[in-house]
Amino acid sequence: MSSFFTLAILQSALELGFIYALVALALFLSYSVLGIADLSTDGCFVLGCAVGAGTALAGHPVLALFAAMAAGVCSGFVTAFLQTRLGVESILAGIIVNTGLYTVNLAVMGFSSNLNLFKAATIFTGAQRLLGGVLGNWYKLALAMLITLTAAGLLRLFLSTRLGLSIRATGDNADMVRASSINPAFTITVGLCVSGSLTALSGAVLAQYQKACDINLGTGMVTIALASLIIGESLLGKQKLGRRLFAAILGSVIYRFVVAAALRLNLPAECLKLVSALIVAAAIAAPQAKKLAALRRRRALARPAQGRKGGEG
Amino acid sequence: MLRLESLSMTFAPGTPNQKKALDAVSLHLAPGDFAAIVGSNGAGKSTLFGAIAGSFIPDEGRVVLDGQDVTFLPEYKRSRQIGRLFQDPMRGTAPHMTIEENMALAWLRTAKAQNAFFSRISAAERRSFREQLARLDMGLEDRMAQPVGLLSGGQRQALTLLMATLVTPKLLLLDEHTAALDPATAQKVLELTRRIVAERQITCLMITHNLHSALELGSRTLMMDAGRIVLDLAGEERQGLTVETLLRRFYTGAGRALDNDRILLSEGGPAD
Repeated sequence: MSSFFTLAILQSALELGFIYALVALALFLSYSVLGIADLSTDGCFVLGCAVGAGTALAGHPVLALFAAMAAGVCSGFVTAFLQTRLGVESILAGIIVNTGLYTVNLAVMGFSSNLNLFKAATIFTGAQRLLGGVLGNWYKLALAMLITLTAAGLLRLFLSTRLGLSIRATGDNADMVRASSINPAFTITVGLCVSGSLTALSGAVLAQYQKACDINLGTGMVTIALASLIIGESLLGKQKLGRRLFAAILGSVIYRFVVAAALRLNLPAECLKLVSALIVAAAIAAPQAKKLAALRRRRALARPAQGRKGGEG
Repeated sequence: MLRLESLSMTFAPGTPNQKKALDAVSLHLAPGDFAAIVGSNGAGKSTLFGAIAGSFIPDEGRVVLDGQDVTFLPEYKRSRQIGRLFQDPMRGTAPHMTIEENMALAWLRTAKAQNAFFSRISAAERRSFREQLARLDMGLEDRMAQPVGLLSGGQRQALTLLMATLVTPKLLLLDEHTAALDPATAQKVLELTRRIVAERQITCLMITHNLHSALELGSRTLMMDAGRIVLDLAGEERQGLTVETLLRRFYTGAGRALDNDRILLSEGGPAD
């Protein structure tokens, strides 16, 4: 392993894995818990990036995270409003918001398609100052882990509060939620707002991590996060809540390792999106393919037996 | 407790499929009344429940619950005061959440907890859930951390009943809630229903296809046909009534014989 992956590659895969894990957590909430495929994720991620980068450029790298989360809440709210109040189908609501966000994101970036933060102070330069002496060049990973694990911990706590329980029940049995005097429109809205804030937080952290923000950064984000979720789920199963959140993070890290391996095999960077799509398709298709293979094996075993019977008769 | 004032509801109006499901239904239930409803196929029993619970708003008429006009109150707000069980045991509980979490959700209906969004299940609440579950006598109190999806239909229905009455509702609606269970389990859930309703003196409406339980259970028997209540029996008049007389009374009230497949199957045909 050490000969294939250099330490630097390992380290950056871990860092990116933890940063993008926030999107996987967001999708855990919207997709796994609420059962809504939120296609505004891509745009929301860039929104977080743009707001985070803009605020950091203005000299407030920490505030940038919260500003991005607030922006994510707004994006989630609009998506939820469209589907709960105006009867737009959830997939369509996501697409509409995603399209609109493209312009919004450009506007936030001052109508330029990228921003760079090379001279600005970021949370990572801050972490370097504070932790650099102790952790050497692992400070980035430490900070990314801190943010993601805190977010995951808070999400875990939130999901066992009364409001969190109502959100989970909404995805599980909406009839029952109505019968418990909870308005499903309300729980869906809160769920998508929280999910949006996590997605945008991920964007803000990434912008400061790579000291740049690009309008196309979010393309395919929803697929990648979905892949992370499914990789994690297939490894750790659908068990207790804490374990499932951990699985989402683990899946995201593994996904980054796969990408790093692909790059290591001298795959040109332009091919990465196709590789991502293939990984996602393979990951999502895996359970079904396993079932088909098992069925085929059983058929193959059953056939000679039938043949014998036929011969006797 | 519950007053229905000439409720009318027509489905698909202006089309060939137009159906008058409720035809100026009026009903008054006194506090503590336990009324069983029987009726022919498509008589409007479930539609009546839908109108009371707020699944839809009737075309005409008013629903008054405990002095409050709730005709236009959304379903989720009404459910603070109305408990409802369906025939399908899967409808009342969230399968991927644990027994304890399901009960916590039902407990949400209390006025005190309404705005406590971020409160979590306290140790005292957990103990009280456990005690309540123990009274079902199904061993569920030792399975509180298990997802509800693992329970049998009867267990789920018993749990739903417990959840619907965890906070005493002003009105309990039971829509053939034992019809999908095997006879022994159905009997158990029915017994449980009788006990809980009696203990808490809950006003209750129950749709049933079992004419015997329609006469035995509760204090009133209602019969519906073609969107109207054609028979309302209570007190002495109801005492000692047999299934045969009930069917004859229905015939006089509705002008035709009762044609509910499920009743016919369970009774072996109406008496001629």
